[in-house]
Amino acid sequence: MSTDASALQLVLSGDPALIAIVRLSLIVSLSAVLFAAIIGVPLGALIALTRFRGRDGVIVLLNALMGLPPVVVGLTIYLLLSRSGPLGAWGLLFTPQAMVIAQAVLVTPIIAALARQTVEDLWVEYQDELAAMNVGPLGRVATLIWDGRFSLLTALLAGFGRAAAEVGAVIIVGGNIDGFTRTMTTAIALETSKGDLPLAIGLGMVLIAIVVVINALAWTARRAGERYAG
Amino acid sequence: MMRMRGPATDLPIILEDVTIVAGDMAILDRLTLTLATGAPTMLVGPNGAGKSTLLRVAMGLMTPASGRITWGGRANSPPLRRAIVFQRPAMLRRSAAANLLYALSAAGVPHAKRGAHVAELLDLVGLAGLSERPARRMSGGEQQRLALARALAREPEILFLDEPTASLDPAATKALEDVIRAVAARGIKVVMATHDLGEARRLAGEIVLMHRGHIVEIGGADTFFTAPRTDEARRFAAGELLI
Repeated sequence: MSTDASALQLVLSGDPALIAIVRLSLIVSLSAVLFAAIIGVPLGALIALTRFRGRDGVIVLLNALMGLPPVVVGLTIYLLLSRSGPLGAWGLLFTPQAMVIAQAVLVTPIIAALARQTVEDLWVEYQDELAAMNVGPLGRVATLIWDGRFSLLTALLAGFGRAAAEVGAVIIVGGNIDGFTRTMTTAIALETSKGDLPLAIGLGMVLIAIVVVINALAWTARRAGERYAG
Repeated sequence: MMRMRGPATDLPIILEDVTIVAGDMAILDRLTLTLATGAPTMLVGPNGAGKSTLLRVAMGLMTPASGRITWGGRANSPPLRRAIVFQRPAMLRRSAAANLLYALSAAGVPHAKRGAHVAELLDLVGLAGLSERPARRMSGGEQQRLALARALAREPEILFLDEPTASLDPAATKALEDVIRAVAARGIKVVMATHDLGEARRLAGEIVLMHRGHIVEIGGADTFFTAPRTDEARRFAAGELLI
């Protein structure tokens, strides 16, 4: 009870260490989602609108990658970025940039898979109309993405939820360095093992609050979509 | 703004020996037909006769397995001056007005002129009060009228309609038929599939009776109903079932 109370106090009093950790977590995960969206949405649309040999295999793989274990992503990015790795010269290992890369890799398949589904469903419905209106390939993609915007927003929020909550990837490539690469999840893992429960619980509360807010936003987006787009 | 694309016209549309197959079934079987300027052409016949497929082929949305089709003498013509209203039109996930803005933009209408066009089109199909309504929230009859307005936004010289009144009540049917009559009066060639004989009689022009991928009989509305030449047409005009 006393740890809970002091945890709440930490959160409410705006403890600077706690705020710095929350801030870094948000920056890393939001950046990761931004990059994942830039790659994932067009990639999903491309797969939705093209027919090629092995397409079914690509879709199955993409769906499977939605469940990619964060530690495996962390390990892979670690190997690529480590001093002796192919991208070692970039000197990114144990930096927030490395964490963004790892989370973007983790989230891109989620966004691409959901975007593919959204765009493909719309395409089935719109195909004839767009052909009859003589809309070119770029116009088609733009139309499908715009008309699927509420579903796509939900996909982005799902990606953000995944990124914000994972610990395996960021702890491996970030190294959980105090004041530099420590995020909410890595801090919780560390503080729990150290026995500093108030900070761990305080961060846990913040994390859960963020997840609830994300889901509320996703819900709102869906409702707005239904109301506006029918 | 269509005149900027030059004087090229899509009419007449000539189909020669056009065959469309699905699996080992011929949906259209060596069909020959000319669609030229004039009064509305009504395609009649039972379900599965090939009416919808004929509309899609003439629109240029399907390539025949064999045979030839030309638009104003050209074998390859993008649908710039043709428009179609599908039996179940897909409404873009936008407002009624935004659906029309989209069609106007796709047709190359300059930005500044689109607003006035939208108001004009909504007024023409009797949806003036519903411009901000999400299109997918509209009733079936309203969606059909919006789809018609969207097709007219392309300023077509020929308009294909695929059973636009099939699921409408008499009042909505009348509203739509009135608009179609107004459209035809403006000189736009209307080609419409229907299996409502009364509707065919009200709107034709010319009647094309289809059965099993063939054209059985073509005639003016007057002669088709009073002096049918074929046995099928006689039975169809008498309201018997063609199977």
